[in-house]
Amino acid sequence: MAAPVLEMEGISKGFPGVQALQDVSFRLFPGEVHGLMGENGAGKSTLIKVLTGVHTADAGLVTIDDVDTLIRGPLHAQRLGISTVYQEVNLCPNLSVAENIFIGREPRRFGRIDWKQINRRATELLARLGLDLDVTAQLGSCSLAVQQLIAIVRAVDLKAKVLILDEPTSSLDRGEVARLFSVMRRLKADGVAILFVSHFLEQIYEICDRVTVLRNGGLVGEYPIGELSRLDLVAKMTGQELTALEELDEASPDVVKGERLLALEGVGRTGAIDPVDLDLHAGEVVGFAGLLGSGRSELARLIFGADSADTGVIRTGGGPVALKGPRAAIDQGIAFCPEDRKGDGLIMDLTVEENIILALQVSRGWLKPLSQRKREELVGSYIKALRIHPPHPYALVKNLSGGNQQKVLLARWLITRPKLLILDEPTRGIDIGAKTEIQKLVVSLAGDGMGVVFISAELEEVLRISHKIEVLRDRRLVAELDNDGTLTPEHILQTIANGAADS
Amino acid sequence: MNRADAPSRHLGILKHSLFWPVTVLIVMLLANVIFTRDFLAIRIEQGHLYGSLIDILLFGAPLILVALGMTMVIATGGVDLSVGATVAISGALACDLIAKGHGLPVAIGAAIGASLLLGLWNGLLVTRLGIQPIIATLILMVAGRGIAQLITGGQIITINNQGYKLIGGGYWLGLPFAIILVAVALVVTVVLTRRTALGLLIESVGGNAQASRLAGIRSSGLIVLAYVFCGLCAGVAGLMISSNTLSADGNNAGLWIELDAILAVVLGGTALTGGRFSLAGTVLGALIIQTLDTTIYTAGIPPRTTLVFSAAVVTIVCLLQSPAFRARFTRKRPERPADPVSTGPKQEVTA
Repeated sequence: MAAPVLEMEGISKGFPGVQALQDVSFRLFPGEVHGLMGENGAGKSTLIKVLTGVHTADAGLVTIDDVDTLIRGPLHAQRLGISTVYQEVNLCPNLSVAENIFIGREPRRFGRIDWKQINRRATELLARLGLDLDVTAQLGSCSLAVQQLIAIVRAVDLKAKVLILDEPTSSLDRGEVARLFSVMRRLKADGVAILFVSHFLEQIYEICDRVTVLRNGGLVGEYPIGELSRLDLVAKMTGQELTALEELDEASPDVVKGERLLALEGVGRTGAIDPVDLDLHAGEVVGFAGLLGSGRSELARLIFGADSADTGVIRTGGGPVALKGPRAAIDQGIAFCPEDRKGDGLIMDLTVEENIILALQVSRGWLKPLSQRKREELVGSYIKALRIHPPHPYALVKNLSGGNQQKVLLARWLITRPKLLILDEPTRGIDIGAKTEIQKLVVSLAGDGMGVVFISAELEEVLRISHKIEVLRDRRLVAELDNDGTLTPEHILQTIANGAADS
Repeated sequence: MNRADAPSRHLGILKHSLFWPVTVLIVMLLANVIFTRDFLAIRIEQGHLYGSLIDILLFGAPLILVALGMTMVIATGGVDLSVGATVAISGALACDLIAKGHGLPVAIGAAIGASLLLGLWNGLLVTRLGIQPIIATLILMVAGRGIAQLITGGQIITINNQGYKLIGGGYWLGLPFAIILVAVALVVTVVLTRRTALGLLIESVGGNAQASRLAGIRSSGLIVLAYVFCGLCAGVAGLMISSNTLSADGNNAGLWIELDAILAVVLGGTALTGGRFSLAGTVLGALIIQTLDTTIYTAGIPPRTTLVFSAAVVTIVCLLQSPAFRARFTRKRPERPADPVSTGPKQEVTA
């Protein structure tokens, strides 16, 4: 193989409170498709941002074509031949396809823009990648997939040596993915080095030559894809070394399965999750296992009515219900702590107390405010029970640490006394102490008869507290496993890697 | 009212969010004493209160009212540019009906009803059609002036109705009626937002609409309510303005009052991005603006420099309000020793 077009060595990058990258090395050769793999928070985005000049690394060396280079900014990166196409295309939807390809460097004739040449050259460029499009059409009228291809065409025409595709396939359907891949193969044949980020394992195995795996900001390794089984890849991403099973015997508490709370029959949503059948019982902890993008959060959002299902029926003990929105779900006794605490969960500018009473207050209606005394009593008892720190109800939530913010969010739902509590990654990004506290709390809540859905990327955690584990992959529910004490992370990894036994 | 400040109470009055607006207002009032010795004096003539302070309250009444409504809209993360037009429409409708011989209740009822409808229109444009508030209300800001002129037939309608005169120019219990009206509106607003959960829900929606939805809040109803309330406030302000002069001018009534109202809200410490709002702050902001106007007259500032003068004062007030600006001057000050009771990891206190 030729010399690498790009080499990153010993890259470290820290942000206040987080070491996002620690001594990571990365190589990219001309004419290869290289997968960058890792769960959320592994450091993929930071690495890409260092590469595109958005962040400057604290330490480490970037070499492009054997020349030490300091990438000063996105524009500079582009000039060095590094182009990026993001999942959200950042082109101008109100301009034509051709204009978007040539924006900022329009061919001119006698000082005026040469439209004929723009359109002709745009058509040629597209044709070279096997695309036949009307280049005068507005970009906004094209599908997202086509927009992405146009962004790629633009990047390639900018003499890109390195093309970074950051989750380009997450909103594409199968046909569109195939088209993208055929374009990628042509570019590869032309000697372009492609860095490809995707959460879909199948796509990684279909298109990539090699993969680099990151975990928790550190480098796990670089592997030719042919030498790495899916099982190994998943294990390396999640850090579940298959030998570390010693804690399993403390396993799950006794199952006291109560009445059926919810039954999902063929509930699904196009582009989010294929139809699912699922029963949820009182007193039972159901774990959702799967990689990011597997549909685990999407399914949770459907159960809470945060997104509406386009197929299927949800039944409660009293018959079918239409969960048209979160409010309807709350009225059914369902509570949901979303994965994105800051964006979807808490109101950062309000106090701990206001955030905690919010959902209860909403279901009481605005005309029946909780009295000052009642609020102090409720909030005080939950601050104490969940050990929220600082224990001050009037502190602003944005000044709390991640773990304490998570507890505030939990408290918000616990005071509504829900029948079913859905927790999406409740322990992500919080320290080990708070993590254990939250796990214990979940177990004891289920012991008191609450139904819990527990979503986590950490299989050990899911195994430790769940009675039943739903395994999701590529937006499908592929298996339901009973956590009878014999189940190991290996089983789950196997299922994630292979899909259901029959597929 | 500002509960967020509670943990920092020991850091003193300087950190209170209303400290700077109050200080500015007091300084401006005192500055006026230099030009007019008896500026702060209040005298009683024929059982009515008179004086510059009363004048500021009286002339500022419509602005306070409009700014109260504006506060609720801004708290939801929106803005209402159409209040000036609503002021004009409301005044024009009432005067036109009175001029045509209808009774006061009909005239006032129609004006208020129209204002509520205009607010509802804005609210529906924002929530149902998802138009950005600044654009949605711009429609009515421009078109509303046209509607007002249609009602007045392009003329200035003058009427002679002493009952109507009471609203904006009359006295009741020794006080200008407009001041009483504003006081009642303020109390009702405070009770509605702070004695019920409405204020919390509005601050929640303005602070993070997505998270509010997932907490079960149906935000569109709340947002519509804010615009309707804002329309109502503007409508009553329109009655005051037209009643004070017993005339309706579709072209000039309430002209640019939306900008003064937005300024009042911002001076009062409510962020344009939505979320936390302060009604007391808004009232102070409106009073600062009105005092500034009065000062320009009493200090005898030449008319051609008034705009520059007010621009300068507003700039200063805004700078004083800005934590980033103040930090430049306070950064060097040594840290106060931490209160032994508050041993939290965060010493940083938000104002």
